Amino acid sequence: MRAFRGSAPCARMGLAAIVPRAQGALLQTFLVAFLLLASVLHAQAIEPMPFTSHAQELRFQQLTAQLRCPMCQNETLADSNAPIARDLRNQIFQQMQQGKSDEEIKQYLVARYSDYVLYDPPLKAGTVLLWFGPLLILLGGAGVVLMAIRKRSRTATAAENLSDSEPAEHGDDW
Amino acid sequence: MTPELGQLALILALLLALAQGILPLIGAWRGNRALMAVARPAAAGQAVFVAIAFGILVWAFVHFDFSVRYVADNSNLALPWYYRIAAVWGAHEGSLLLWIFILNVWTVALAAFSQKLPEVFASRVLAVMGLIAVGFLAFIIFTSDPFGRLLPMPGDGGDLNPVLQDPGMTFHPPVLYTGYVGFSVAFAFSIAALLGGELEQAWVRWARPWTNVAWAFLTCGIVAGSWWAYAELGWGGWWFWDPVENASFMPWLVGLALIHAQAVTEKRGSLRAWTILLSIFAFSLSLLGTFLVRSGVLTSVHAFASDPRRGVFILAFLTIVVGGSLLLYALRAPKVAGGKSFKLMSRETVLLIGNLMFAVAAAMVLLGTLFPLVGDALNMGRISVGPPYFGFLFPLLMLPVVLLLPFGPFLRWGKSDTPILKQVLLRAGIAAIACAIVAAFFVDGQPRAIAGVASLVWLGVGVALYAAKRWREMPRGRRYPAEMAGMLLAHLGVGVFVAGVLITESLSVTSDVRMAPGQTQHIAGYDFRFDGVHQTTGPNWRADQGVVTVTRGSDLVGVMHPQKRTYLRGQVQTESAVDAGLFRDLYVALGEPMDTANIEGAWSLRLYYKPFVRWIWGGGLLMMLGGFTCAADRRFRIKRIVESETVEVLLVQETHA
Amino acid sequence: MSRLLPFLGFMLLVALFGFGIWWNTGHDPQAIPSPLLNKPAPAFALPKLYEPTVTVSKSDLLGKPYLLNVFASWCVECEVEHPVLQAETSTLGVLLVGYDYKDAPEDAKRWLSEHGNPYGLLIADQPGQTAIDFGVYGAPESFLIDGKGVIRYKHIGPLTADVVATELKPAIAAVLKESP
Repeated sequence: MRAFRGSAPCARMGLAAIVPRAQGALLQTFLVAFLLLASVLHAQAIEPMPFTSHAQELRFQQLTAQLRCPMCQNETLADSNAPIARDLRNQIFQQMQQGKSDEEIKQYLVARYSDYVLYDPPLKAGTVLLWFGPLLILLGGAGVVLMAIRKRSRTATAAENLSDSEPAEHGDDW
Repeated sequence: MTPELGQLALILALLLALAQGILPLIGAWRGNRALMAVARPAAAGQAVFVAIAFGILVWAFVHFDFSVRYVADNSNLALPWYYRIAAVWGAHEGSLLLWIFILNVWTVALAAFSQKLPEVFASRVLAVMGLIAVGFLAFIIFTSDPFGRLLPMPGDGGDLNPVLQDPGMTFHPPVLYTGYVGFSVAFAFSIAALLGGELEQAWVRWARPWTNVAWAFLTCGIVAGSWWAYAELGWGGWWFWDPVENASFMPWLVGLALIHAQAVTEKRGSLRAWTILLSIFAFSLSLLGTFLVRSGVLTSVHAFASDPRRGVFILAFLTIVVGGSLLLYALRAPKVAGGKSFKLMSRETVLLIGNLMFAVAAAMVLLGTLFPLVGDALNMGRISVGPPYFGFLFPLLMLPVVLLLPFGPFLRWGKSDTPILKQVLLRAGIAAIACAIVAAFFVDGQPRAIAGVASLVWLGVGVALYAAKRWREMPRGRRYPAEMAGMLLAHLGVGVFVAGVLITESLSVTSDVRMAPGQTQHIAGYDFRFDGVHQTTGPNWRADQGVVTVTRGSDLVGVMHPQKRTYLRGQVQTESAVDAGLFRDLYVALGEPMDTANIEGAWSLRLYYKPFVRWIWGGGLLMMLGGFTCAADRRFRIKRIVESETVEVLLVQETHA
Repeated sequence: MSRLLPFLGFMLLVALFGFGIWWNTGHDPQAIPSPLLNKPAPAFALPKLYEPTVTVSKSDLLGKPYLLNVFASWCVECEVEHPVLQAETSTLGVLLVGYDYKDAPEDAKRWLSEHGNPYGLLIADQPGQTAIDFGVYGAPESFLIDGKGVIRYKHIGPLTADVVATELKPAIAAVLKESP
């Protein structure tokens, strides 16, 4: 796994996975040295940008929150400290300044990094099951529930045993 | 304290678990009381040895035994003692040991509090718990031994991942596991019922308090995880729909449906098959969560060391346990719809509708979480499913639940009249709309915030109306049985939660700023003055600590100290400063110095204003309290005296079955 | 029969998970498949590492296939990959182009003098802008680009002897067969 290249910036990676193991003095020195270097290179998700308006800042925040960082794949582009995330945020900012729409910016990224970079799966032939699956399950389940209610209703009308409540609480229907 | 003793203890525990799992089942099948009686002592013995193993691992951590590889990997000489203990469950092997430890806690509690259950039934329940323990102990012994040695012993260890060095993270896994594992009790009850052909109709009443308590713990665990993510991960988020978060949310949703289904089955005798199926699903999803985080099958935050061998083992275990129980369900579930009937306008109906929505929501979360895997399988390229999917569909599915919630308590079992419902609709509805209109002025017309206020009022007034009805109609002492009080608390919690989520999501303000010492930034009525950065140290870290003074008008609100810590092994961790409040949080994260050579100069900072964010966890805690309160109901503790003749009859029936 | 539905549904899930485990053993779960496969490589114009005044553009490299290897001095796994490149550079059959990604030139030159220089051509992309057009998100990454400038194969992560033998060389062979 390309762990070390990304491990320093990827804050949320792994409960125990990426802590380097000091298993030899030389390796240990090397790893510490590398990580120091990495922390200098440590791009930050906190990056003041010269937004022209609050609305623009909001749009930027919302857009980058919908995109996945290709390096630290558990984080959004808004939150990631990876160098590529910083580069992509700058790129997005520039494109916003150039007047590109959200769709165009997303297309730009998808063309280079595939659909994987979108947290919002586009509706395509392959994702029809994803987007409409819950609806189908709901309809199926609703059908089952309706049938159950109908069946119970019918026996209820027939058997007239509706008035007896649970006797445990002195006639309390609870 | 030799770690090898820990391994020995685990092996002994496995043997006892085998006895506990197999012998009582044979005994129950054959009517052999001696074999059935093995259950409780075997469970006690297993618990003792697992506790010994767990204790040995804790000892190894506390006493810096770096000859144990797991200890060397997850702690070091500078790690404070409280985090050394937390490090026990900080990685894969130790967390499994925690799992089996908690399973034993539940089993011992079950063994102790089930003295009044019929012997046949109780021995089956304990046996199922034993079989589950066999699976986990075998998994630990054969693939995930925490006691393996590291020789030659290093002088110092690695480190516990800094994101875990936080009180929230110490608390979250044990509480969460208590919830997950607790669903095994409802599961065991259901399996015992299926095996025994449900001769004991009251088994659901026995299962209810255990299920409520497990669900309450799970709620608490999820709340703790969310709060920790907010405080520790630095970017003000509280839920990411990450696969492992989803893995805890799915059993929570199904557990919620289970609690309500159990209520129906206990009081009306109906929907028994659904109750059994839901308890199998709830525990299955708990096991599924365990699988997902350890198999590396999904890209996730919590990816424990992913090892295909472990993945295969867990998958095999999952197949046997869940596949076996579903097969048993297919063969033995009650085929005749028993219990009392009900009409369309009844409490059963709304509970069914609610359960349908919870089940569909759980299915939706499962679908979205697993879809990337489906994408890989069908060669559709890597598909990403995230908050835009879950965050859109989940509120949509919960909308009917929120709308129907106030009516639930007012509806009667079996058949209900409409006038009272119309009254509730009018009162709660008008109150909600009125408050929504007023709120619109305060929240700049933000639709989600308005919806949040409306939901809170709708649900809150619904709860208040029912509480008032009980006050008026029932004599003192019988107004609010614990079960009902729990329900009211939990339903109120839903309103608080929804309000918190919708308001914070729509009205939060985030700003990245560059500030020199002395500069002030104005956000949402608050003034944040940056007073520079200095160095400070902790037990195993040193940090650049910023000072940010927050004022509102002329009043001092607080002084905040965001930090950027560098731990011993070089990991850099942002510790954000949070000024917590009932109605808002202020949140400051330190970025980078503008000039790396001069940390006393200007820095970039991220400032947040997060209104009502605590209501999210407050609502969750109310729900948790509701669950615990319900379980404490006197009715569940009334001794059910089982006549010895009944036992004899049962045994005879069993032998001939 | 409907009672068997949960069981059957679950077994489907087991099959999916079984697939997942199997798939994981062969594939890097972090690797994002490139949408640029079999599409033209992006146009680029980058300075040479050792002669920064000279610019190499995509059109300069048309006509013959080449292997573009993205590396950097700060990249740990590039050290793992480098010996493999040095061993294979003569047997590849195509030009090995080194693409220095987001690196200060002095650091890169120092790294190369320490670890050896197997590259036939070295270009530098310090700002990292062109790399975005290639869909690069880290190092090392390797692109096989044919004579017409189309990306025919991409490997994310270090090239091992195994990958070179089983994937890269066959891909190179296929490309060379088209345009001898």
